[in-house]
Amino acid sequence: MMENENGSGAITRREMLAGTAIAVTALAMTKVTGLEAVPSAPTVTPVESEGVSFSVNGKAVKLEMDTRTTLLDALREHLHLTGTKKGCDHGQCGACTVLVNGRRINSCLSLALQHQDDSITTIEGIGTPENLHPMQSAFIKHDGFQCGYCTPGQICSAVAVLEEIKAGMPSHVSAELKAPVAFSNAEFRERMSGNICRCGAYSNIAEAAAEVAGVQG
Amino acid sequence: MKSFTYERAETPAQAAAAASKPGAKFLAGGTNLLDLMKLQIETPTHLIDIGRIGLDKIESMSNGGLRIGALVRNTDLAADPHVRADYGILSRALLAGASGQLRNKATTAGNLLQRTRCPYFYDTNQPCNKRSPGSGCSAIAGFSRQLAVIGGSDACIATHPSDMAVAMMALDAVIETVKPDGKTRLIPISEFYLLPGKTPHLETNLEKNELITFVVLPAPVGGTHVYHKVRDRASYAFALVSVGAILFKDGSGKIALGGVAPKPWRKPSAEKFIQSGAKGFTAKLLEGARPTNENAFKLTLVQRTIEGILTENRS
Amino acid sequence: MKFEKPAGINPIDQLKVIGKPTDRIEGPLKTTGTAKYAYEYNDQVVSPAYGYILGSAIAKGTISRIDQSAAKRSAGVLAIVTAENAGPLQPGKFYVSRFLAGPQIDHYHQAVAVVVAETFEQARAAASLLKVDYKKSKGSYDLESARDSAQQPAPAEFGPPPQTLTGDFEGAFKTAQVKLDETYTTPDQAHAMMEPHATIAKWDGDRLTCWCSVQQLNWGVRDLAIILGIPKENIRLIASYIGGGFGGKGTVLADLVAASLAARAAGRPVKLALQRPLMFNNTIHRPKTIQRIRIGADQDGRITAIGHESWSGNLQGGRTEPATASTRILYAGANRLTRLKLAVLDLAEGNAMRAPGEAPGMMALEIAMDEMAEKLGMDPVEFRIKNDTQEDPEKPGRKFSTRKLIECLQTGAEKFGWQNRRAKPGSIKEGQWLIGMGVASAVRGAPVTKSAARVRLNSSGIITVETDMTDLGTGTYTIIAQTAAEMMGVGLDKVMVKLGDSSFPESAGSGGQWGAASSTSGVYAACEKLREAVANVLGFEPTKTQFSDGKVIFGDQSVDLAGAAKSAELVAQDEMTYGGLSKEYAQTTFGAHFVEVAVNAYTFEIRVRRMVAVCHAGRILNPKAARSQVIGAMTMGVGAALMEEMVVDKNIGFFVNHDLAGYEVPVHADIPYQEVILLEDIDPTMSPMKAKGIGELGLCGVASAVANAVYNATGIRVRDYPITLDKLLKNNV
Repeated sequence: MMENENGSGAITRREMLAGTAIAVTALAMTKVTGLEAVPSAPTVTPVESEGVSFSVNGKAVKLEMDTRTTLLDALREHLHLTGTKKGCDHGQCGACTVLVNGRRINSCLSLALQHQDDSITTIEGIGTPENLHPMQSAFIKHDGFQCGYCTPGQICSAVAVLEEIKAGMPSHVSAELKAPVAFSNAEFRERMSGNICRCGAYSNIAEAAAEVAGVQG
Repeated sequence: MKSFTYERAETPAQAAAAASKPGAKFLAGGTNLLDLMKLQIETPTHLIDIGRIGLDKIESMSNGGLRIGALVRNTDLAADPHVRADYGILSRALLAGASGQLRNKATTAGNLLQRTRCPYFYDTNQPCNKRSPGSGCSAIAGFSRQLAVIGGSDACIATHPSDMAVAMMALDAVIETVKPDGKTRLIPISEFYLLPGKTPHLETNLEKNELITFVVLPAPVGGTHVYHKVRDRASYAFALVSVGAILFKDGSGKIALGGVAPKPWRKPSAEKFIQSGAKGFTAKLLEGARPTNENAFKLTLVQRTIEGILTENRS
Repeated sequence: MKFEKPAGINPIDQLKVIGKPTDRIEGPLKTTGTAKYAYEYNDQVVSPAYGYILGSAIAKGTISRIDQSAAKRSAGVLAIVTAENAGPLQPGKFYVSRFLAGPQIDHYHQAVAVVVAETFEQARAAASLLKVDYKKSKGSYDLESARDSAQQPAPAEFGPPPQTLTGDFEGAFKTAQVKLDETYTTPDQAHAMMEPHATIAKWDGDRLTCWCSVQQLNWGVRDLAIILGIPKENIRLIASYIGGGFGGKGTVLADLVAASLAARAAGRPVKLALQRPLMFNNTIHRPKTIQRIRIGADQDGRITAIGHESWSGNLQGGRTEPATASTRILYAGANRLTRLKLAVLDLAEGNAMRAPGEAPGMMALEIAMDEMAEKLGMDPVEFRIKNDTQEDPEKPGRKFSTRKLIECLQTGAEKFGWQNRRAKPGSIKEGQWLIGMGVASAVRGAPVTKSAARVRLNSSGIITVETDMTDLGTGTYTIIAQTAAEMMGVGLDKVMVKLGDSSFPESAGSGGQWGAASSTSGVYAACEKLREAVANVLGFEPTKTQFSDGKVIFGDQSVDLAGAAKSAELVAQDEMTYGGLSKEYAQTTFGAHFVEVAVNAYTFEIRVRRMVAVCHAGRILNPKAARSQVIGAMTMGVGAALMEEMVVDKNIGFFVNHDLAGYEVPVHADIPYQEVILLEDIDPTMSPMKAKGIGELGLCGVASAVANAVYNATGIRVRDYPITLDKLLKNNV
C-alpha cells in the first residue's frame, strides 16, 4: 500500500478528480497574481504577457502568462501538473519530455506560447495509479526506475518511441535507411538516449519496453 | 531570460517584415535559442514565432533535387523517403545529432544556425569574443579538447556543432532566403558560414533579419553515403570529430568534417587526393591546422576515421 | 533494542515477504508522476514566491560591492538576500562550505545573492541585474601542482586512518621478486542526480518547515539549526521522495539555506531549485585523486607487499577522499602501507559520492592488480583468488563475518565465459572492432548504525511505519514494508510506509551503504515492541506468540491482528543500536565485475557490450530492488570509466563543463543488458535482518573492469580516468 504524500492515504479516484480541479484554480490564480500583482514602482524590465490556449490531457486550458514561461513551467507551476519534471531546463536530460500532437519534445525548450491550439499529453494523461498504461505497468514489473524523477519522461518517451518504430522512422543505429525498422534492444536504446537516468535503470527500461512491444528482450 | 514581446507570424513575408522591430529575433523550434536566452547569451526583446508560417514541406524539383522548407523538422527530414533513398548522408547526419525529442522540434534552418557549444561561450562570467566582442577568449588557453583545430583564429576556436550542416556541405546545398524588403537570394552553403578571424560574433553571411526559407539540394549524385560521428558517449553528444562522406565507385568522393572547425569543414580541392588514401587526403584537407595541445588528437582521429570509412566501403 | 550477539532464528527468517522480488510499492506513484518531490508541494504552500541564486563569477577573492538598484526595480522582486542582510551564518557540521559568499569568495558559483520574486521568470531575470564588483585573488586549483604541499590529514569521522602500516612494507617491496609501481588518477566527478537540489521553505513565526531533497534528515536538521542559529526543535524537514542523491544531497546545501533566508526576508514561502549549470561548482563533488600503488609479489604470485598512497584536495578544513580504504582489506600480504594526503584547493567542496574512497580507490587498485597479473604471467582471476584472505590482513586473527570473494570471481567467470578471453591483448577482432574482456574484484564496507522507527496498528489491521528514513531510489519504502509485513505476519497490502519527515523517529538516513540494513533493523525493533503490545492486549505470553497470515496465534488460540487494536490504536517505537560485533568481525560486502568491450580499431571509440556482476552482500531483502541498485551502480561505473570528468580550468579556477551536455553521463545507448548474480549470504553478525547494503558495492571495481577490458582489447594501458579515445590515440605506439 502506498500513499501519495505525507499524511494522506493512498490515491483515490476522488483525489485524482480533485487534482484536475486544482488545474482550474491555478489557471484563475495565474491571471491574477502571476502578472498583475507586480509592485507599481517603475521597473527596469517590464513584464510582457500573452494569452495562449491549448489542451492538456484532453482538457482545454487557457493561460495568460509571462511570455518567458516555458511549456514545462506552465505545466508545473501554473497548471500544477508536476508529473513532468525539471531536470536541467536546457534540453540536456529529457526529464521534461511530453507529447505534443503525439510527438515527444523537451518541454523546457519550448515557450508555452508556441503551443497555441496544440494537444499536449503529459504523464498524467498517459495513465493513473488506478488505470496504468501498459508501459507504466511494465516499468513497475521490470523495475525500470529507481528515484522516479526521470521516470515520467522515460515513459512518455518510450510510448512515443514504439510509435516511431511502428511508423517506420529510422534511427542512428538502423542498419538500412531504406528498409523497414523493427523494435530491437539497440534501436530502443539509441532512440531513448535523450532521456538520462542517473540511477541507471536503463537495462530494466529496455526490458520493460520490449515487453510492451511484444518482443523478447 | 530578459523580458520580450511576442508575436506569431502567419506568412514568411509577415515574418520578414516584423523583423525590422528593434531587438527582434525569429523563433522557430527554439531548442537552441531558448537555451541561450535562459543564460542571457541571446537577449532579444521581441520574438517572432515563425513556427506556423508554412515552409514545412519537402518538394521534389524538376532537376531531381529537393527543396526543403526551412521549418521542416529534423525528424521529418531524416525520415523523408527521398532523403533516405538519395541523400543518405543527410539522414545519417541528422539521426546522429541531438535526441529524438530535440529532432522533433528542431528545424532545418535552425539547425544550420546553431551556435557553438564552447563551454566558455556558454558561461557569461567568462570572456568570449563571440558572445562579447573584444572581451577575449578563455578557451584557447583553457579547456579546448572539443574545439577547433582549423579555421579558428587568435580570437576564437569555437566549433560549429551541427551534424546536419556537415552533410549539407558534402551535398553542396544551397540556402534560399528572404530579406525584410521581400527580396530573395540563394547562398551556396560553401559561402554561407564565416570563419571567425577578428569578428567571431559574425557567423554567417545572412544579413540582419534575413530569413532562411528553404534549403535546396542538387540532384542526387549517387555513391555510398556514410556519416561517422565520433564521440565519447554512444549517443546524445556533440562530435569530437565527424566525417560525412559520399564515395563513388571510381574511388573519388566528397568528404566534409564536423567538430574540427568553426564551420562544417570541406575543401573540394583536396578531394582529388581521396583516391590516394586517408593519409594524403587528410593532410591536404587539414593543411594549416593549428590545434592546441588538448585537441591535437583530432588530426590523427580525422585521418583514422576516414581510413576506417574508406576501408569498410572499398573492401 | 541493542544488538550485541549474532542473531538467532527470528521472524524475518520465515522469508514469507522478505527476500521476495516484490515490485516497488511506490511504483504506481512514480510511474504516473504522482510521487511528490521537494519543489512540488503546491497543495501545502499556496502562492509561494520564487528564489533564484546568483553564483560568484570568480573563484577566489572578495566582493567589494553589490549594486542592487536595477535588480530591486525589476518586475516582481520581493527581496534580495546577500551576506550583508542575511544575518550571521555558521558552517554546518558535515560540509565546510559557506552557503553565502561575502565578502570572501571561496569558490566559483558560491552563492552571492538570492533574489526573491513573484515568479520564477522574474527572479531569474532580476538575478542577472545584480552588479557585483569583485576583487580577484590568486587561488590554487590544480592538484598536480599542489601535490607537494599536501599534508597528512587528521583522522576523520568516516574513512580509514590517514596512515596504516603493517609489517615492513618498504623492505618487503624492495626485495620482492615481481614489482609494480604505478600512478593512477581519477578525476573530479559530479553526482549529477536528475532532481536538482530543491527546497520550499515556509516560516510560521520562528518555526521553519522545508520540503527538501536531503538524504540524511537528522543531519539536515542538525546542520540547518547550526547554520541559521535557530533551535533544532523549530525545524521540520520533509523529503518523501528524493530524485536521486548518490551522496550529493547528504545534508544541507545552498538551496536549503537560500530558500530559508529568502522566505524569511520575503515574508512568504519560497521555492528554490538550483539551476543545473550552477550545481557543479556550487555543491559538492567527488574530488580528483592521484594514487600511487606499489605491489610486490613472489614468482608464484603471492603478494608480499602492498602499498597505496592517495592525494586529494579540498577547501580548507574539508575532508580527504579516503581512496585507500579497500586496499586495507581486499588482498592478503604481510607487509602493507596506506597513506592519505590532503592539499588545499579553491574549488567547490569535495565530499561523499557513492562509495566515497572505495570507488576511486578501486579504480586504481584493480588496474594495478591487472597489470601485476600480466607481469606474473597469471590469469587476472586466478591472481586475485590466490591472494584472497579469510582474515583481516591488518589484524591477523580477526575474521570476516562472511567473505566469498573467491566464489564471486569463480561464479562470474563461469557466467561471463571468461575462458574465452585471450591473455594477449588485441587478439580478438570482429570487423573493425577489437574485443576485450576485463575483470575486477569488488569490496565495500558494510556499516550498520542506530536507527529508530514507530509502528502503528489500527482497528482495520493496517500497520503504519513512520521513520525519517529516506528513499532516493534505493527501494527503501518497499524493504521497510516487507520488514513490517514479515514481522507482523501480514501481507504488503496491510502495510503503509511513511518516510522522509524529520518529525518521525530518527533513522540512519541514506548514505554509506548503511541505509537498507540499518533502517530495516530499526523497523524490526519497533515491530518487536508492537508484537509485545499486541500480545499483552490479547493476554498472550509475548515470547510464545506467533504472527502469521493476519492472525495472532498463542497455543490453540488464534485472533485477527486487527482485533488487538479494536478499542485503541497500538503504537510502538524503538530503535536498534549496536554493540561490538563490528569490531570483532570485519563486516564487508564483496563482489566481482566482468566486462566485455568493443574498441573501434580506427577511432578507438569504446562501447561496452556485456556486463556481469556477482555480489555477496548479506541477506538480500528484495532481489529486484537490490539488482536495480547494482545495475545502476554498474552504469555509473561505465560513466566513471569512459566519460565522466569535471574539467578544471586551472587559470580561471572552476569546473568548465558545468552542465549535462558538457558533463557526460551514460545514456541508454551506452548500457547493454546487465546481468547480476546475488550469492546467498546470511550474516547473523550484522543485525536480526542479517542483511548488508549493496548500492555502493555495485560501483566498486566496475570502472577498472572496463579499463582492463579496454587494455585487453587494445594493448594500450591508460592509467588516467576517464579512458577516452584521445588517450588511447596518444599512447598508441
